[in-house]
Amino acid sequence: MTMLPETTAKKLGLVIDLDTCVGCQACATSCKEWNTGGYSAPLSDIDPYGRDPHGAWLNRIHSYEVGDGGASRTVNFPRSCLHCETPACVTVCPTGASYKREEDGIVLVDPDKCIGCKLCSWACAYGAREYDYIEGVMKKCTLCIDRIYNTNLQPEDRVPACVRACPTGARHFGDFGDPESNVSKLTKARGGYDLLPQMGFKPVNKYLPPRPKRDRVTLDDTSAAADRGPVSAEGSKLERLFQWADKMLTR
Amino acid sequence: MHPAYSVIFFTTASGAGLGLLVWLGLANAFSYLPADASFVLISVALALALLSVGLLSSTFHLGRPDRAWRAFSQWRSSWLSREGVAAAATYLPAIIFAFGWYKTGEGAGIVAIPGLVMAVLALVTLFTTGMIYGSLPTIRQWKQALTAPNYIVMGLASGAVLLTFLLALFATVPVWAIWLAIVSLTLAWAMKTLYWMAIHNEEPRYTIGEATGLGRFGEVRQLDPPHTAANFVMREMGYSVARKHANKIRRLSVLTAFVAPAVFTVIMLVAGPVLNLFLAALAVLLAGIGLVMERWLFFAEAEHVSMLYYGRERA
Repeated sequence: MTMLPETTAKKLGLVIDLDTCVGCQACATSCKEWNTGGYSAPLSDIDPYGRDPHGAWLNRIHSYEVGDGGASRTVNFPRSCLHCETPACVTVCPTGASYKREEDGIVLVDPDKCIGCKLCSWACAYGAREYDYIEGVMKKCTLCIDRIYNTNLQPEDRVPACVRACPTGARHFGDFGDPESNVSKLTKARGGYDLLPQMGFKPVNKYLPPRPKRDRVTLDDTSAAADRGPVSAEGSKLERLFQWADKMLTR
Repeated sequence: MHPAYSVIFFTTASGAGLGLLVWLGLANAFSYLPADASFVLISVALALALLSVGLLSSTFHLGRPDRAWRAFSQWRSSWLSREGVAAAATYLPAIIFAFGWYKTGEGAGIVAIPGLVMAVLALVTLFTTGMIYGSLPTIRQWKQALTAPNYIVMGLASGAVLLTFLLALFATVPVWAIWLAIVSLTLAWAMKTLYWMAIHNEEPRYTIGEATGLGRFGEVRQLDPPHTAANFVMREMGYSVARKHANKIRRLSVLTAFVAPAVFTVIMLVAGPVLNLFLAALAVLLAGIGLVMERWLFFAEAEHVSMLYYGRERA
């Protein structure tokens, strides 16, 4: 049913820390690996070893350059379904294949009902819906619904595959409906924000902004940093020998 | 936005069919139709055929056409579902209306009522088609006050041109039908021009800085896309072929969809019946080609907000 629930008992979602994400793509590959055998199976690929490889990926890692000069920074930006509170992708669905779960707020597609009209992908502002060209139906992040409630898994594995895979702890899973949950506290402490809040879809997933830069050298403008010259020659004789060799070789 | 060719064909064909049904129902209520049951039967049949061909072709862009029937179920929230329901509902009064003419040989009294219901439902269907696009805030060029009215007037204009052709087939074309076509073509032209002005003059609504939330740290530029090859979102939402020729295609579509059919229809005011039939047929053909171009441009010019994540600066 594409009518939205008025409230959901839980608001399960992710916090993504843009400060610690290193853009390693582990979450994306882990997502693909799990979900091509899970609820969304298969996540078809087209021409995977050819000239124009593409396929359904539910999690994609963008990379942006922000700011200029010494103040510029690289921000790795994982993007997947935000499990919005008022998702337009659900209400536009003509078949009822798209729905938002009343119990935990997860937005899902029933692959047996989807007709592949792609209208939900037009309605999503975040480009989170991925059409499976071979199956002819829409695929999307399920928040690993087949992991988080799966009692056959060890308790520490009952989190989305992307969260489990992240080597830097940049992804956190929890209930935003509970103000005392890990994700609610983290969002509050770090100023977590919504993507495109103006559009009114009320995303559940939150992004933590990069922290202010601490390294003064990179903040100075480049000419001042150059004026300081090379680091002074101190330390052992061997170290000074290497520095002398470096100087000679530079000529 | 990637133009789904079957959808373009669908909205053009069914739009003309629905427009024809609107004019048939209304003209009948005012007793303007020729007193010839075969005219009404063939006209309604043609309109329903166009609607059916359109609906059928629209299922070709589906990943699972075999499940298309499910699209009738979510009319409470989905404009696409409402369109399906309204289009299907239009068949019933149309068939009753045609049957009434066949039985009584005239359109007065009890036959006029299903005719009016048919006209209203056809109008509602045109509106729902427009609202599928007009209700998407993710696409600036579609979320416009003029989007749904445009779909209605395009349908009415092509329906009016089609009506003059059918009248020319059966009898001499009455002056009211010629003026109906001229006025609705002019109106459609004016509305489309206003729509183009609106999307052209409006500033883009969102920036890459807003989409990523990183704008507060400075200018945001894409460093690396998520994958080396274009993915579904980029193929579907990032389509921009022909956008740079937009002005040329606009002029060409205005010429073929509105100006040429209007000129031919004006000549019909003074021409004889044989020439009229020829002119009306030419007007139908050109209006059809022009509207297909107009609709293609409607897709190609649409910029989706999700492309901001793929490096577009504004949308």
